[in-house]
Amino acid sequence: MNIFLVALGAAIGAPLRYIVDKHLVAQLLRTSGQQVRLPWGTFTVNVLGSFLLGLMTGVTDQNWTLLIGVGFCGAFTTYSTFAAETTALATSGHRAKALLTVLLNLAIGLLAALLGASLTK
Amino acid sequence: MSEVRQPGLPRVLGAVALGGVIGSLARYGLATAIPHTEGGFPWATFITNVVGCLAIGILFARLTPHSHPLLRPFLGTGILGGFTTFSTYAVDTERLLHSQMHVHLLVAFAYFFGTVATALLAATLGEWLGRRR
Repeated sequence: MNIFLVALGAAIGAPLRYIVDKHLVAQLLRTSGQQVRLPWGTFTVNVLGSFLLGLMTGVTDQNWTLLIGVGFCGAFTTYSTFAAETTALATSGHRAKALLTVLLNLAIGLLAALLGASLTK
Repeated sequence: MSEVRQPGLPRVLGAVALGGVIGSLARYGLATAIPHTEGGFPWATFITNVVGCLAIGILFARLTPHSHPLLRPFLGTGILGGFTTFSTYAVDTERLLHSQMHVHLLVAFAYFFGTVATALLAATLGEWLGRRR
């Protein structure tokens, strides 16, 4: 049962991350020109997922924690893509953008978790 | 050389979902094997994220324009995206910060900055390893 709930949450969270990153956020940013952008898609999923998991700290039901917390939020957010996009920026001569990516994800991601958790207390 | 046909969105989403399930179950398995003690360093999530970043570095260095078009969505976005997690990283830190004990604040600091430094090094190392040969 536990494994099924984690799998179900992940089966929704991972493709939703792809849609938010490659379609929703990419669509919003399409207007401006060729300049190298910050990885806003990954930033968006990481902040939203951290806020939701912060909210989930107030939920005591084990099943909801596995489905939404471990499964959905875990698969919706990503550390590997965040790291890969950051190193890609840094090694292609965009060090300031790489640094800004790290600062934004860490600061706003943690703030989102703190905000989510504070709303449940 | 035959041209690789681009798969449609449903197949890409299917590959991401399947990979996401596999990666997430692996993360859950590791978290169960290395339980997180109250106020302790969240080793399971730390190891998960660092290993996942090393792997994505190797993967991205190895992928070429001729790789199967579902390989990156399945392995990168799916398995490694599902395996690693930012939300647990942020909320683990939040829990440590909310603790009343000062030592937990030190753990929060070490975990928050230690993870990002090690993960970025791991991704860089992975890329270097992937490019060799």
